[in-house]
Amino acid sequence: MATLVLQPDSISEKFGPHLSTSTGMRLDPGVVPDRVVETHCCFCGQQCGIQLLVKHNQVIGYEPWYAFPFNKGKLCPKGVKRYLQGAHPDRLLHAYKRDATSPHGFSPIPYEEAIQKVADEIGRIQNAHGPSAFASLSGASLTTEKTYLMGKFARVCLKTPYTDYNGRLCMVSAGAGNKKAFGIDRAANPWNDILRTEVVWISGANIAECAPITTDYVWQARENGAKIIVVDPRITPLARTCDLFLPIKPGRDVALFNGILHLMIKNDWIDHSFIEKYTQGFDKTAANVADWTPELTARVTGIAEKGILKAAELWGRARTSFLMHARGIEHSSHGVQNVLGAINMVLASGRIGRENCGYATITGQANGQGGREHGQKCDQLPGMRDISNPEHRAYVASVWQVDPADLPQAGVDAYEIIRKIDRGEIRGLLSISFNPIVSLPDNNFVRRALEKLEFYAAIDFFLNDTARFADIVLPGSLQEEDEGVVATAEGRVVKINKAIDCPGEAREDWRIIQDIAHALKRPHGFNFHSPREIFEELRIASKGGLADYFGVTYEKIERQHGVFWPCLSEEDTGTHRLFEPGTWNPIAKGNGPFYFPDGKARFNVATYTPPAEEVDTDYPLMLTTGRVISHFLSGTQTRRIGPLVDQCPEPYIEVHPMLAGKLGLKQGDWATLESRRGAVTLKAQVVNTIRPDTIFIPYHWAGKQSVNQLTISAQDPISHIPEYKVCAVRLRKADAPHSGAT
Amino acid sequence: MPATPNRYFYVDPSRCIGCNACVQACTECDTHKGYSMIQLDYIDRAVSTQTVPVVCMHCDSPTCAEVCPAHAIKRTGEGVVQSARKPRCIACNNCVLACPFGIPKMNTRMELMMKCDQCYDRTSIGKLPMCASVCPSQALFFGTEEEIAHLRPNSTPINAFQFGAQTITTRTRMLVPKDNVPEQLDVLSAMYQPTIGNVIEQDLLLDAMNSEESYA
Repeated sequence: MATLVLQPDSISEKFGPHLSTSTGMRLDPGVVPDRVVETHCCFCGQQCGIQLLVKHNQVIGYEPWYAFPFNKGKLCPKGVKRYLQGAHPDRLLHAYKRDATSPHGFSPIPYEEAIQKVADEIGRIQNAHGPSAFASLSGASLTTEKTYLMGKFARVCLKTPYTDYNGRLCMVSAGAGNKKAFGIDRAANPWNDILRTEVVWISGANIAECAPITTDYVWQARENGAKIIVVDPRITPLARTCDLFLPIKPGRDVALFNGILHLMIKNDWIDHSFIEKYTQGFDKTAANVADWTPELTARVTGIAEKGILKAAELWGRARTSFLMHARGIEHSSHGVQNVLGAINMVLASGRIGRENCGYATITGQANGQGGREHGQKCDQLPGMRDISNPEHRAYVASVWQVDPADLPQAGVDAYEIIRKIDRGEIRGLLSISFNPIVSLPDNNFVRRALEKLEFYAAIDFFLNDTARFADIVLPGSLQEEDEGVVATAEGRVVKINKAIDCPGEAREDWRIIQDIAHALKRPHGFNFHSPREIFEELRIASKGGLADYFGVTYEKIERQHGVFWPCLSEEDTGTHRLFEPGTWNPIAKGNGPFYFPDGKARFNVATYTPPAEEVDTDYPLMLTTGRVISHFLSGTQTRRIGPLVDQCPEPYIEVHPMLAGKLGLKQGDWATLESRRGAVTLKAQVVNTIRPDTIFIPYHWAGKQSVNQLTISAQDPISHIPEYKVCAVRLRKADAPHSGAT
Repeated sequence: MPATPNRYFYVDPSRCIGCNACVQACTECDTHKGYSMIQLDYIDRAVSTQTVPVVCMHCDSPTCAEVCPAHAIKRTGEGVVQSARKPRCIACNNCVLACPFGIPKMNTRMELMMKCDQCYDRTSIGKLPMCASVCPSQALFFGTEEEIAHLRPNSTPINAFQFGAQTITTRTRMLVPKDNVPEQLDVLSAMYQPTIGNVIEQDLLLDAMNSEESYA
């Protein structure tokens, strides 16, 4: 069915988003908690340590966890108010089935009945149309145990190749680039290497709002004398006091990196001995950047030539440096090229694999790192193994005790799954921790595709915007209602500890998945009794792979405040900094520090191509999207937390006064932004901290407020990440405010 | 942890990222749960993302207490200026109007002046205040003079402020750069521009203007 059963307002009345605020035990001073649980924030990839205060099976507040080394008690406003997601009026306490006769579109049904219905529908669709007519979509906010289980569930229980995850919208460009250049996909350094570096280069990362705690690392580096270079179409809060700001046109990052490498070579600001000893492919890459003169670079990137020259000099002459990037360069139809361009700059400098010298992509989601390691990606098996590699298949099949021939081959990316649904090739869907109707680009298409599903089951703790289209909704668990591990932006595996039990009929997500497997009468491999049991199997399944967790144990994590993978044995304390000269890894086997058989890193020719949709006279402006500090991703949680909504109640159109003046737009005026795919009407925020040819809108909202109605579904040919960061739009003043927020 | 007497609030606006973690965390403090005593404002969002968090400066000679007709505002031995005492406060607003930093807030529902008391329930037993604990950028820092000298070699703490003829000295210190005062960034001047002067504007937005007809 998967159509919207009733008008959105009727559904919202019961299922929200309603706003939670502190009341009762959460407001009374002096309430003594029953227990204090050391765990981590449920939101971003930094995974700040936090202590949750628990009373009567409710999280009533928090206390900073000063002893956790990454954040030492620091939290952003989301972390401070995260406890308000629990005991929430919108919390799903039962399973639901769609019911047009119910005033709210859904009726509660017994949990077992819902599970049986899901199993029956999976069986019916697969019997009629084959195993691949059913797909699953999962997410990188889940613990690593759950992501491992979701990958196994798709391959062993559903026997479908069609499984993918929302890291497809997040980390895949960085992951693909890192594997091409380094042979491994993990931040190369712990964040401590930022503190005493000479130059911090930040490209396409709004650190202050998307990785707030990293701010202190950058500021401390500045305090110790570092120069800060920020490349962004907007003066972000962290860019405001940087040493050099380069206002790049959205989608042109690789041109800048090539231009900088050009100047590094021209001025001999490169490390010849490092390039000779530890890399290959430099000559081809050098030839590729020969044309990227400062003049051409300036013309393509829209950055003044003097800024490019200064950046090259700061970067080129530095003795130590740390380069960071995030979705700003990765959300592109040539996202992998952008990443490779950045890595080329790092490799040519020779500044990696030693103290105070580093490179990292800043992970977005809670388990953005761990969620891309153990098999929920369409082409991956646990341990970052490759599902098309016969040896990898044989090993994992032996752990799972199945015939390797029975494992499906590689599937397709999350957006392609939606396209297959649209074409009728996929008829049933199970989703968890994914809200594609808000988070995927061109989401009017996504909605039309989902409406064609014969059956859709969603697992969530709130009725998220996509789950409203479901036939069956299963009540899953909040982060604080289960335990398991996640890997942070630094590559540090940390432990999420359970604070409270699931309320009502809600279950831990892994139980729900196993219950479906049992109801399908395909229980093989789904008989775990705890996350620890899943983790023990994951340790074995990852052993010998790139992301080797064999030496990671729950106890070691607690003892060390986390374990940096790879961690190969019980005695191994983990690998803080990758690529140190003289280190051994299982791929190079002593031949060198990088994860290729010869131990050498790879320069890759990074090719500039324009964005998929260039501006023209009909759509003369560039739209870019991103986050604000008080909301997270599709807003399923943060749009339900009162104090965070107060901080930023609705999206807005950020526009430069020069452009606003042309259109007669003043601060607070309503304006309509249109692309070839959709339109949105929001209030104008007129600020001179953005390029005048660029519009910014934050993406956390649903329905008529969703900027992803406008974005383009063009994807990178290698990583298949969508091009959220640039498409062509036009702007006009709107006469009247839009009505309805859903 | 050392007790409060040697530890001070340090505020560094150059670090502030406007995230509001301090404001949100302030509402979690047991002495004024549900109410934030911190203000965080944009200086002028139209031209900059600059924000400044304002906590109580804890004046050595607090004007709020001096103008209080009911002697409701007390300063502790360590120099922490507290919220008005409930039995004494007459909700007259004198303190609100007189404070040179705009700190005290009148809670009309409770008929009580409330203000930042440096999380007295926490700092009096050696814990850090909520705001400085969570501050992601450490624009708000709570610690000793030795710690700040070590952590912020490029900053100078200031605790004397001039209001007309009056000099106010405070327990809270503002951190200002020793040198290298950051220049105001400007997007336009950092952009590639094939021409200069008025032509820039036309060139940049030529297409936007041309396409206005298609909106009709």
